[in-house]
Amino acid sequence: MIIRIASRSILRNARRSTATIAAVAVGAVAMLSFSAFKNQTMIGLQTAIVERAGHLTIFREGYNDFGTANPAAYDIAGYTELLGTLRTDPELSPMINVATPVVALGGIASNFALDTSKTFAGQGILPSDRDKMQRWNEYGLSGGAFQTTGLRDDDSNRGVVGSGLARMLGFCEALGGQDCPRSAGHSAATDADKRDFTALVGSDRELNRTVSTTPRIDLLASTAGGAPNIVQMDIGQATKIGAKELDDSFVRMHIGLAQRLLYGNAEPRATSIDVQLHHTADLPAAIDRIKTLNRTGKLGLEVRDFAELTPSYGQIVGMYTAIFAFISIVIGIVVLFSIVNTMSMTVMERINEIGTSRALGFRRSRIGMQFLAEGVLLGTVGATAGVAIAVALVTTINGLGLSWMPPGATVPTPFRLLLAGQEASVFATWLALVLISVVATVLPAMRAARMTTVDSLRHV
Amino acid sequence: MTDGAPGNAVVLQSVSREYVEGDVAVVALKDVSMTIPRGRFSMLVGPSGSGKTTLLNIIGCIDQQTSGHVEVCGHDIKALSDNRVADFRAENIGFIFQGFNLLPVLTAQENVEYALLLLGFSASERQSRARAMLSRVGLGDHLHHRPNQLSGGQKQRVAIARALAKDPEIVLADEPTANLDSETGRQIIDLMRTMQREFHTSFIFSTHDPQLISEADETYRIRDGIVVERSVKELVA
Ligand SMILES: Nc1ncnc2c1ncn2[C@@H]1O[C@H](COP(=O)(O)OP(=O)(O)OP(=O)(O)O)[C@@H](O)[C@H]1O
Ligand SMILES: [Mg+2]
Repeated sequence: MIIRIASRSILRNARRSTATIAAVAVGAVAMLSFSAFKNQTMIGLQTAIVERAGHLTIFREGYNDFGTANPAAYDIAGYTELLGTLRTDPELSPMINVATPVVALGGIASNFALDTSKTFAGQGILPSDRDKMQRWNEYGLSGGAFQTTGLRDDDSNRGVVGSGLARMLGFCEALGGQDCPRSAGHSAATDADKRDFTALVGSDRELNRTVSTTPRIDLLASTAGGAPNIVQMDIGQATKIGAKELDDSFVRMHIGLAQRLLYGNAEPRATSIDVQLHHTADLPAAIDRIKTLNRTGKLGLEVRDFAELTPSYGQIVGMYTAIFAFISIVIGIVVLFSIVNTMSMTVMERINEIGTSRALGFRRSRIGMQFLAEGVLLGTVGATAGVAIAVALVTTINGLGLSWMPPGATVPTPFRLLLAGQEASVFATWLALVLISVVATVLPAMRAARMTTVDSLRHV
Repeated sequence: MTDGAPGNAVVLQSVSREYVEGDVAVVALKDVSMTIPRGRFSMLVGPSGSGKTTLLNIIGCIDQQTSGHVEVCGHDIKALSDNRVADFRAENIGFIFQGFNLLPVLTAQENVEYALLLLGFSASERQSRARAMLSRVGLGDHLHHRPNQLSGGQKQRVAIARALAKDPEIVLADEPTANLDSETGRQIIDLMRTMQREFHTSFIFSTHDPQLISEADETYRIRDGIVVERSVKELVA
């Protein structure tokens, strides 16, 4: 009977009820579509990071704090055994998609022929593993197309450079770059400089200075032992990288080449191991397990997840969360006052009904319940309608096949709002609006319950 | 609840009711002592502002005296908690209002069921009781009409059905015919009279209506908050 009276009272005042329900529904739609947009952005960002670098990276303990200054002390010597452990561990192996060694290194890249050189930040990788990682697409965002490394496992002399580095070293045209600028500079190097460099270069036994059709650069770095070392790298292609600084210094090569440069003839090592899981949800479990293996095996390793290694990810998550919180609070307040207003008016209009019910023997609590039910019904109908509209809206927008450039991206991705898989947060939004309607109704309902029977009956 | 044996429905001893508004105290009832016997058609009669409604409210346990002692159906109402008094009303007292006071969103039948909600009947019991009572007051074919689809007289019939459906000890009616034309008023009075005899209920009215007063078993004249006269109609054998 409570529900019957509540729903009929709502219908009786159709215009006011519609306005209130609409306010709640619009609030729900706004919250859910922003949340869907946020989800899409975060998951797009996550996909981009995970495709490139995996979910987590294993380092020698201290590498992140000191290692880059002294790689020899902070690299992973028995990395093939470690990979074997990871890949065969009964707990880990089902979670892991790819576990692959990485050699990080830096030095000077030069084009001897043009007398140009530039510092580089490089990475040695295993091409097939990386290509497999690029295919990771847990959320179905990539739409089939994925970037390959352009390298092959069986060609350990080849690498890829940033388009900026290629331009600076004079390979822009050779690599088929568009809009290649003409160098306006003049050679600053003296013959003496050139001779010094040649002397170094000459120390590399593989050095072959005949003109080749493949663009080729020399990479100079100090070995783990501290001696200068040089290798030659064939440039497979130049890739455009969003951040200019990185574009101007990026070199990615076959891990074999990087190991030759960094370790010479000594036993090859890795500076880290990137691990990509099948599912992001497994991340905490995977990290736990690796930490356990590390502890029990006294391996002296440390593990970091992608969010720690990509601080901008956390910042963007934080920013979106803050905006979402702000939007939610504003909507919450609007919905709250809308329902408070409607329910206060309803109570004032039904004072006589309250007096009558009290005279018939209904307790105060029951009178309060009656109005509480009515307010919550308004909120629930509004929130439910809002969820339905939001789902329809998101489905429609996704069906339009729009594309856009997410923050930090270099290529357009499909514009898709993500509500699927977010059932928990959709439900949380719905529940929050229903709870707001409870809060909004409590005061008017209490006022109704406290009324004096005789006074309410006198009221016309 | 005792059986239908004669006794007192209401006993008032030195009952006063004051309203304090700001600095001004209005004395609506002054030291009223009276007993209203069970099973009668009793009238509170007096000019406007004399305190009839105030007295009915106290008898109906929706208001309480400022001083004095009130017993309704043998219960000292002032000793009960607010919830207990509500329960007492639900079981023992039926109200008929001048303005009918039906819930606008409920049908005639639902309005009658509404009063039965607190008495532990099953849904089907409530429905059959409400239907029977509405047929009894002549609204058997208006069960599913809303109040705004009913005439004043029909609304008051629904209210009578609502008051009597729970078979209360006492039915209180504050000027039940004041909003009706005299012909309809006549019919409502007849209906209440018949129902009172049938259910052996104590009816207590406040009224100005000479038609209604002429039906009284007991008449209490009130002036300025004081019961000035009680007249009892001889019971015809
Ligand atoms: N809530 C209140 N606050 C202050 N004074 C009140 C209140 N209710 C009633 N009174 C006063 O008490 C007195 C008795 O009022 P009551 O309503 O009982 O009279 P009544 O006999 O029912 O009159 P009527 O025939 O006009 O209905 C009046 O003087 C009235 O002004
Ligand atoms: Mg009155």
